[in-house]
Amino acid sequence: MRIFSLPDISAPGRAGALLLCAAVLAGCGKDAPRQVPGGDAEQGLRLVTQYQCGACHTIPKVPGATGEVGPTLEQVGRISYIAAGIPNQPDTMVRWLRDPPAMKPGTKMPALGITETEARHMAAFLYTLR
Amino acid sequence: MSPPDVTTGGGKLQSVLHPAGWDAVIISHLSWVLFGAGTLIFVAVMALLVLSLRRHGRPARAMLWIGGGGIAFPVIVLTALLAWSTWRSTDLAPQTSRGALTISVTAKMWWWEVRYQDPATGREIFTANEIHIPVGRPVYIGLNSADVIHSFWVPALSGKRDTIPGRVNGLTLRADKPGIYRGQCAEYCGAQHARMAMYVVASTQQEFDAWLKRQAAPAAPPSSSMLEQGRTAFLAQRCQFCHTIRGVAEGGRLGPDLTHVGSRMHIGAGTLRTHRGTLGGWVADPQAIKPGVFMPAAQDIDGPTLRALAAYLEHLK
Repeated sequence: MRIFSLPDISAPGRAGALLLCAAVLAGCGKDAPRQVPGGDAEQGLRLVTQYQCGACHTIPKVPGATGEVGPTLEQVGRISYIAAGIPNQPDTMVRWLRDPPAMKPGTKMPALGITETEARHMAAFLYTLR
Repeated sequence: MSPPDVTTGGGKLQSVLHPAGWDAVIISHLSWVLFGAGTLIFVAVMALLVLSLRRHGRPARAMLWIGGGGIAFPVIVLTALLAWSTWRSTDLAPQTSRGALTISVTAKMWWWEVRYQDPATGREIFTANEIHIPVGRPVYIGLNSADVIHSFWVPALSGKRDTIPGRVNGLTLRADKPGIYRGQCAEYCGAQHARMAMYVVASTQQEFDAWLKRQAAPAAPPSSSMLEQGRTAFLAQRCQFCHTIRGVAEGGRLGPDLTHVGSRMHIGAGTLRTHRGTLGGWVADPQAIKPGVFMPAAQDIDGPTLRALAAYLEHLK
């Protein structure tokens, strides 16, 4: 006895349907975490804790980071724009962390003298916040 | 890159188990001997208890055990321990300012005002939450409170001493190893009791003298237009009603003296490390960082001005 039956589709048709599914799933890749070349999220967490970004930002995984001066970073790895208009991409994020006033003169966020390597680690950590 | 805090100090920053001062060594010695004696007696009593559960043991001689183990033994052992600990305690540093460097500390909700006398002019120098001392020399700390009872405790250096409004208590410290030691208010004093820490920096006499000389100097003048803008913002925001910056505005004594705030490791009584980022965050909204603190949030500072103010404060080394 047949409990269920597949619709009667030819073999090429099935292959086509599979491809379509794969294409749809590939579209979800947009939602995969952004990768920062040379960035280590674990070191980034340590740096974000040491620089005490939590004085201004609420940051999950960082003890005591409950600041309310800047935006919350709870979903910074998911949002499309940072600093109200800068595309949230790894290279722009790294530049932003190193020198915010250079990208947005009116910002409250200062340049802290963060190195390129440190900024990459920090960006890698921030992109785990989703 | 960063000064030590509780998470980076390797567990030694604020620990009675790692004494670094005269009194702390004696206190830890006393504690270990008393712990050791207590452990031995406990183990012996437990061993007797196990022996007593044997099924075919000989009956115990009750009067011998009660008289010997219940009366004679505690009298002898406790008397000996009391005599030894009393004798050992006589080595604790005398609580006197004679021959010692004198520092005044006033505990406030929720920070520590620290005052030195400038050896050159005799004038008082105000600082906060960071006590520098020369190593190997007795330091007498005159303790007072401006509001409620607090307690001054730097576990690696000495015992606790309460600070009581309206009276001065003294505490002698002597650090025998150069280093940085964290202290903490040890008497519950309100909402931010937990964020009322202070750091003791023990260094050589030369380093200490150089530090005191720098602290005695007035604030560094702004060396760029941004820092100039920051100083203007300090005055425009009326920060001087509570804070003094010697050479800029003097008289505000409600909050910590900021003449050399950039030279201190932390702001907010050990709450945040000092840099332009944390200074800006603190000025913009101290209530989010230390709720209940008496400093109000800045309401009308634009971004560039806030950055300039924070950079100016950071530059006050």
